[in-house]
Amino acid sequence: MARARDESSPLFAGNAAGTLRLIVYLALAVVLMVLDQRNGWLWRLRYTAAAVVEPVYRLAGLPAAGVRTMSVAFADRQRLTEQNQRLREDLLLANAKLNRMSAVAEQNQRLKELLDTQRSLELNVQLARVIGVDIGAYRYQLTLNVGARDGVKPGQPVIDAHGVMGQVKEVLPTTAVVMLVTDPAHAIPVVIERSGLRTVAYGSRDGNQLTLPNIPLAADVRAGDRLLTSGLGGRFPPGFPVGEIRSVAPASTGMFQVAQAQPAADIDRSEDVLLLHDQAEPDGPPAPVKPMGPPRDLTPAAGDAPATSASQIGAPAAAKPATPVTTHGAQR
Amino acid sequence: MNRQRLSLWWFVGTLLFALLSMLVPLPGVLEPFKPYWPALFLLYWSLESEDRVSLGLAFGIGLAADLLNGVVLGEQALRLCALVFIALRFRSRLRFFPMWQQTLAVLALLVNDRILLLIVRMLAGGTLPPASWWISPFVGAALWPFLFLLLDDLRARLRIQ
Repeated sequence: MARARDESSPLFAGNAAGTLRLIVYLALAVVLMVLDQRNGWLWRLRYTAAAVVEPVYRLAGLPAAGVRTMSVAFADRQRLTEQNQRLREDLLLANAKLNRMSAVAEQNQRLKELLDTQRSLELNVQLARVIGVDIGAYRYQLTLNVGARDGVKPGQPVIDAHGVMGQVKEVLPTTAVVMLVTDPAHAIPVVIERSGLRTVAYGSRDGNQLTLPNIPLAADVRAGDRLLTSGLGGRFPPGFPVGEIRSVAPASTGMFQVAQAQPAADIDRSEDVLLLHDQAEPDGPPAPVKPMGPPRDLTPAAGDAPATSASQIGAPAAAKPATPVTTHGAQR
Repeated sequence: MNRQRLSLWWFVGTLLFALLSMLVPLPGVLEPFKPYWPALFLLYWSLESEDRVSLGLAFGIGLAADLLNGVVLGEQALRLCALVFIALRFRSRLRFFPMWQQTLAVLALLVNDRILLLIVRMLAGGTLPPASWWISPFVGAALWPFLFLLLDDLRARLRIQ
């Protein structure tokens, strides 16, 4: 009997209209999703909405920051002393290593000058702090407290004290979103330190790991091998630790070996990270040499003639400055 | 008049609180246990005051959540619309269920929500999430009675509709 009363309630009377509204809203949502996924122009909307979004991020980050502050405030003296002692030792050790390294670096610089390469060992970095905001579990992203106003650009590599963490994916005015190396959609060109084998490390589907799915069967790869960035692709500078191989097994296809690696960076524990400012110089074919010869406007009658005839008469057709070839890294 | 305004602020405040608590990170171990707060709060309001909750509101909240989460725009809007639609459809029955039955219904709604999300992610070319991803609806359902009673109690104390 109660149901009969329900049936006549205004809620159930507007059934058809309600369903229609649902369909309209669902269709609207689907259209939005497709638009956003396909050409991403909605990103501009996000950028303008950042004025609202960013304070909310800061607000949501407060509990995490509060916990951090509390843990410092209520940490017992003993632990702080121990930590301080350990940090001092680390600093001492690092300084000692640096002193030794500086001589080697100088030597390296001289040798490189001899070899005429311009790669330098100096780092141009910017310190950034991770905002404790959870933007969706299993989405392999971090939010940093620096953004376009601090000169951050998409594609910048992000490292911590132990290795590469990822790269900047999206930049808002005062925050930046970092895509981690463990993202399944991320690939990073690596070289195995021991054998010099070049390959690509992808993010793994199951949690905080890296997968190297295409290592040749004959290649010499062992658990414990360290992975460094190879610098190929021009996105990540060479020589940064990426991870350490944990296991190697033949792939199910039998054509390759598949290795699992543990990222070197403290992906889920880092609070402070470094943004590299100088992106790797592109390792590609060298820029075409500017041909020598008289300027184009001096070419007799070649200014209006098509390029083929110009080259036939031997005039410098490519007199304008050549644009350097830039290879973009394997971003996704 | 004043009371009405207070109740409106309370309504808006709880929804904003839900969005905010969606963003607050938990320690790594607890991460998969985080319930989907906006869904729970919207469910509560669609059961308790249906005249304020509509599909349009669910869509708006979903869009705001998408913007905050940085996911594809419309993903959560779609999920919340479906959720609120079902809740409003069966509202008169859900309201008079005993608590344990209501909890089961909430569990079904949240699992349905996860399935929708999975479909959307799959269509967008995402990867299959780990098994721990399915814990969240159960945590949400387990929290439901407490959330419901707490919000009801607060509402009674504040004497608002």
